[in-house]
Amino acid sequence: MTVVASPSELSRRKRPYWTMARRDSLAGYVFVAPQAIGIAVFVLVPLLLVFWYSLHEWNVLAQTFRFKGLENYHRLLSDPGLPEVLIATAIFSIFLVVFNMSLALLLAVLLNQKLRGITVFRTLFFSPVVVSLVAWTIVWSFLLQNNGGLNGILDHFGIEGPNWLRHPTTAMIAVVVVQVFKNVGLNMILFLAALQGVPKELYEAARVDGIPAFRQFRRITLPMISPTVMLTSIITIVGSLQVFAQIAVLTQGGPGMSTTVLVYYLYQQAFEFHNFGYGATLSILLFVIVAALTFLQWQMRKRIVFYEN
Amino acid sequence: MKTDLSPRMKIALYGLMLILLVPFVFPTWWMVTSSVKPISDIFAFPPEIIPSRFDFSTYGQAFELQPFAKQYWNSAYIAAIVTGGTLIFSSMAGYAFARIDFPFANTLFMVVLIGLLIPSEVTIVPLFRLFLSWDMINTHWPLILVPVFGAPSVFATFIMRQFFIALPKELEEAARVDGLGRFKIFWTIALPLSKPALGAVAIFTFLHSWNLYLEPIVFLSSPEKFTLPQALTQFTDAYGGAMWNIQLAAATMTALPVLIVFVIAQRQFVEGLAHTGLKG
Repeated sequence: MTVVASPSELSRRKRPYWTMARRDSLAGYVFVAPQAIGIAVFVLVPLLLVFWYSLHEWNVLAQTFRFKGLENYHRLLSDPGLPEVLIATAIFSIFLVVFNMSLALLLAVLLNQKLRGITVFRTLFFSPVVVSLVAWTIVWSFLLQNNGGLNGILDHFGIEGPNWLRHPTTAMIAVVVVQVFKNVGLNMILFLAALQGVPKELYEAARVDGIPAFRQFRRITLPMISPTVMLTSIITIVGSLQVFAQIAVLTQGGPGMSTTVLVYYLYQQAFEFHNFGYGATLSILLFVIVAALTFLQWQMRKRIVFYEN
Repeated sequence: MKTDLSPRMKIALYGLMLILLVPFVFPTWWMVTSSVKPISDIFAFPPEIIPSRFDFSTYGQAFELQPFAKQYWNSAYIAAIVTGGTLIFSSMAGYAFARIDFPFANTLFMVVLIGLLIPSEVTIVPLFRLFLSWDMINTHWPLILVPVFGAPSVFATFIMRQFFIALPKELEEAARVDGLGRFKIFWTIALPLSKPALGAVAIFTFLHSWNLYLEPIVFLSSPEKFTLPQALTQFTDAYGGAMWNIQLAAATMTALPVLIVFVIAQRQFVEGLAHTGLKG
C-alpha cells in the first residue's frame, strides 16, 4: 500500500523482513518502554513489596529484616489509635470534598456570567493553585495563630477568636479550609469549561417555555455537567486522602490526634517511629480504601451520570 | 443562564465575588507585604494592609540561616529536569498509545493506568528501601526518577494520549506514504502540533515537583540537599519557635516567581488546564 511508484509484483516477490507493521510495532515498544519500565520499577514492584514488607519487621538502624507473619495485621486491628485516625480521615475527606465541590461550582457559575473584567476575577480565584503549597500553609499558620492575623481582625470587631490550631474542632476546620482555598481553583476551571460546553439552545428552549433559572440549573446544567462533576469528585476524594504537607505544617496531626489523617499516621509510624513493617501495613489499608472508593464511584457513575461523550 | 444582567444584579455579583476573593488573595498579599515589615509591625493591631515601615534585612537573613541559595537551586534544577523528562517520555508513550498499532498496546496502557489509582504515599515505604539499596538516600535521584518514570507521570501520559487521539490522522498519512519513520513523524509533525497539551503537562509537572513535600522529607536529611518546601519549615529559633518575618521572606521568594509567571501567562495556564485536562 505504500510503494505507489514501483510495480506491485516486485514488492510481492522481495518482501523485506522489516515491513511497515513490524517497524511500527518496534517503534511502539521503544516509545512506551521508558514509561512502562518506570511503572514496573516504581509502582508495580513496590506495590507487591508493600504486601511482603507488611509481613515483616524491618529495623533500619539494626539492619534486621524479620518475618513476622500476620503480626502487623493483628496490631492493625488492635491499634487503639487507629479508629481515631480513620474517623479524622473520614471527617477531613468528607468535609473537604463537599466544601470543595460546592465552592467550585458556585465560583464557576459566577465566572460564567457576562461581566466586565471577569478574567481578572478568574485569575485571582485561581492564583492560590500556583502559590507554593508550604508557603501558602505557613502564611495560614501565621494567620490562624492565637495572636495572629485572623484573631487580630476579629478582635477589632470585639470578637474573641478561638486558638484555631489548638482545639480539635477548629483545627480540623482550619486544615480543611486552608486546603480548599488552595486548590478549589482547579475544580472551578474544570467546571467552568463544562458550563461553557453546555449547548446554548437548551437554555433558549427552556426560556421560551418560561422555566425559571433555578430549575434550568437543576434540569439542564447539572445533568449536562455531571460527567465532569463525577471525574473531579473522584480526583478530589483520592487527593483528599493524600493530604500531608498541610497537616505536617499546620497541626502536626494535633491537638492530640484530632487531625492525624491516615497518610500522616503512616508517615509517623514508618519514618518517625521506624516501624516500617507496620507502616507498610498502613499503606495497604490506604491502598484498599482508595481502591474501594474508586470502584464505588465507577459503579455509581453508571447510575448518576446522565450524559456522556 | 447567559442573559444580560440588570445593573442591580451586576453590582450584587461583583460584591459577592469581592467578598469571596478575600481568603484567596489576602494570604498572598499578607505574605508579600509582611515579609518587608519590621517584626513588630507583623503583629500590629489592627493589621497593616499596606506596610508603613520597611525592613528588607529579612531577605538577607534567610540566606544566612540556611544554605537558601543552594536550596533554591536544588528545587529549580530538580523541577526543570522533572518537567523536561516528563515532557519527553510521556509524550512518546502517549503518542504510541494513541497512534501506533502494536501487540498488547491496550494491555500495556491498562497496566500503566494503574499508576493513576495508586497514590505515591502507598509505595513510599518500599521506595525508601529501594533507594536505600541503590545508595540514593540523601541524593536528589528519588525526587527525579519517581516523578519522571513513576506514578506522577501517568497523568501526563494520559493527557498526551487524549490529545493525540483527537489529532486528525490525515496530518501524518502523507508523511507515512513518503516513507518517513515513526520517530521522524512524531518529532517533526505530531509534537509541534501538541504545544497546548505540552504546555498543560509542563505546568502540572512543574507545580507538582515544586510543591513536593513528603518525598523530600523522607529521602533527604542534610540542609544543603533540601528543597524549598522543606527548607521553609526550618526557619525556627533555638526553641523551635517560628521566625515569622524570615520565614515569610523565604516563602515570598518561593512563591512570587511562579506567581509572576502565572499572571503573565494566565491565559495559557487556565485554558490549557481546562481544555486538555480530563476531557474525553
